[in-house]
Amino acid sequence: MSVEILMPALSPTMEEGNLAKWHIKPGDKVESGQVIAEIETDKATMEVEAVDEGIVSEILVPEGSEGVKVNTPIARLGTGAANGKAPSATPEPAAAKASEPAALKAEVAAPVAKAPAKDPEIPAGTRLVKVTVRDALRDAMAEEMRRDSDVFLMGEEVAQYQGAYKVSRDLLQEFGERRVIDTPITEHGFTGLGVGAAMAGLKPIVEFMTWNFAMQAMDQLINSAAKTLYMSGGQIRCSIVFRGPNGAAARVAAQHSQDYSAWYANVPGLKVIAPYDAADAKGLLKAAIRDPNPIIFLEHELLYGQEFDVPEIEDWIVPIGKAKVRREGTSLTITAHSRMVGLALKAAEELAADGIEAEVIDLRTLRPLDHGTIVESVKKTNRLVTVEEGWGPMGVGAEVAARVVEHAFDYLDAPPLRVCQEDVPMPYAANLEAISLPSVEKIVKAAKAVCYR
Amino acid sequence: MARARKNGVGGQKANSLADKDRWLKYYRSMLLIRRFEERAGQLYGMGLIGGFCHLYIGQEAIAVGMESVKRAGDQIITGYRDHGHMLAAGMDPKEVMAELTGRAGGSSHGKGGSMHMFSVPNGFFGGHGIVGAQVSLGTGLALANSYRNDGAVSYTYFGDGAANQGQVYESFNMAELWSLPVVYVIENNQYAMGTSVERSSAETHLYRRGLSFNIPGEEVDGMDVDAVAEAGARAAEHARTKGPYILEMKTYRYRGHSMSDPAKYRPQGELEEVRKTRDPIDHLKAKLEGVGLKEEELKAIDAEVRQIVLDAAEYARTSPEPDPSELYTDVYLEAAAR
Ligand SMILES: Cc1ncc(C[n+]2csc(CCOP(=O)(O)OP(=O)(O)O)c2C)c(N)n1
Ligand SMILES: [Mg+2]
Repeated sequence: MSVEILMPALSPTMEEGNLAKWHIKPGDKVESGQVIAEIETDKATMEVEAVDEGIVSEILVPEGSEGVKVNTPIARLGTGAANGKAPSATPEPAAAKASEPAALKAEVAAPVAKAPAKDPEIPAGTRLVKVTVRDALRDAMAEEMRRDSDVFLMGEEVAQYQGAYKVSRDLLQEFGERRVIDTPITEHGFTGLGVGAAMAGLKPIVEFMTWNFAMQAMDQLINSAAKTLYMSGGQIRCSIVFRGPNGAAARVAAQHSQDYSAWYANVPGLKVIAPYDAADAKGLLKAAIRDPNPIIFLEHELLYGQEFDVPEIEDWIVPIGKAKVRREGTSLTITAHSRMVGLALKAAEELAADGIEAEVIDLRTLRPLDHGTIVESVKKTNRLVTVEEGWGPMGVGAEVAARVVEHAFDYLDAPPLRVCQEDVPMPYAANLEAISLPSVEKIVKAAKAVCYR
Repeated sequence: MARARKNGVGGQKANSLADKDRWLKYYRSMLLIRRFEERAGQLYGMGLIGGFCHLYIGQEAIAVGMESVKRAGDQIITGYRDHGHMLAAGMDPKEVMAELTGRAGGSSHGKGGSMHMFSVPNGFFGGHGIVGAQVSLGTGLALANSYRNDGAVSYTYFGDGAANQGQVYESFNMAELWSLPVVYVIENNQYAMGTSVERSSAETHLYRRGLSFNIPGEEVDGMDVDAVAEAGARAAEHARTKGPYILEMKTYRYRGHSMSDPAKYRPQGELEEVRKTRDPIDHLKAKLEGVGLKEEELKAIDAEVRQIVLDAAEYARTSPEPDPSELYTDVYLEAAAR
């Protein structure tokens, strides 16, 4: 039995090379791992080691040959019967071509997202309780921790200090230090630990004191949390919630005041949620904790203290991936998320005084984005203004506008406009900070512009 | 967050076998890795394996020796030089080789490749491509073990180059602070790509890297499978009962960093010297001959291993590419009905 030794590729891009030197000659006995030749390209010289054992029967390409194509037989080896089944060292042409992406030809369409579930019905007579966003988040965590012993909270100052923003108030007292864990200031490390624990089957909630500090952990969020399910062919799950305040805080300047919505919403494998009111904060956080995927949960410091009605319903869960029409209108559609929803609603009131009826859509979930609700609205209003606290270029508004152009182009009566943070780092000075951010006035102005008023 | 800890049961499973049987097991496992890697190198040269492909040749004694102390429920996690750990952990060579060729029969259905493979049943948590990331992830596996108090240990492997990443020390700190059951196995093969330990590290004795966290460490001859297994057992016992432990395995990678690296940065003769005097497989073979093992017995193992690898290569060449419909699977898990 004999096998051919083929000209090897030293790198994925190598097509041919020179056979610089043979270390063997016909009749020599060759063992696996033995250096048999030297190959060179313009970039490198490398030793070739034998894979099969046997006696060299023939040298097919002599030493000093140049431009030898990869996969050309360069020598022949007689192998003993001990080698068992014939090693098929000759590549099958079909298999070798395997690198051509069949997928391109097949044109795989992204799966159409299932219509998201509706918000739960609120039965008549349900009591509405005034709750701050802070307490709604706390209640969500407490309820889920009571329900599932695999859920635990970790982060800086979450336990003894009760949370840098007091979102985890009383959790240590109820659940103890095993399940409410104060970490050192070590975002990269504790995010990795959280993801590892999730890979082992637990359901961590990882609090970032603010999302600004999660930049230290970006690699674990994207490369480990978001991608491992895919790279493992579905074997390694990562049910984890990363949460904390995002967006502009007050007078803390550029490093502590940034909206990361668009950053995370760009990444397949993550789900990204940014609620506005207390009922959504509670219902969506509970849904997030139960979801088997990694979730980026973007809260807002300036909303924590605001009170909203929360229905007193056992197990209040709001579906992920469903936008909410906060105000109906026919003149234009305004999309917003998180704190910007409040501004959009105020702008809508002012616009109404001028006879412009804005429909305000609270996106709530940024990935997956519920574009059905947006597109249906624009089909009715024919005009679009997007509002976000982050920078405009490549942002959430850009994505919303692109989807509307794609799915409702013929319905548009005006180019969509984006209201966002000015394209500068957040300034500290009170006046500069104010003019850098979206405002009710800016939204009103944009709304009037798309209505040609 | 001090935790109650289950006591280790003590005693290593390998020691219950006679020396010869234990060595035969190691020998077979190490030889499988070496032959597998040689074949992978060949398939790469034929264009059947793409991208990066980091071979484990020279380092076999580490994965195999450590595997002997692993118990059911324990986990392993490593970087991208992962084929050896998977084979040692008992993953099917066919699945591993087919992942290298990016085929449907691969352990990640062709979606991970050489650097990203996993097997939960074998306690193998990857296969990670970002240098150092597996150290915090592995410490997180240990956090889960501690949370459940299930007595399991996380064996977290990384290289001498990875030992300079910041998150390694963030993890060391939390591991000792919370007494997590993790054994850090540093595979010091003396180079991180083209950079030697001396050129990258202020403290070149990597087992001392835990000192400022009060984590004990020791240097181990990573070319001697018995030394690895003994140190591994000590470390595992410590991890199970007290907390983290560092093993610095002194080893050598025979090949370049990845396939296209001719490794010209190493001094002339260094590789030859190691191959001649410290090869882990030759070393063990000599021990086996010393206890009277017959040539035919070794030959039979060689033949068996060779056939396994040939079958794996054949499977990896003939397994179909993943169906295009796989493109959009495994991005998200379906939420359970509420
Ligand atoms: C964060 C990061 N930086 C750089 C790289 C590129 N890279 C891959 S392997 C490697 C060398 C690592 O060497 P070492 O930790 O000693 O492991 P070995 O390859 O020797 O097994 C580098 C720089 C990477 N994958 N990830
Ligand atoms: Mg190294």
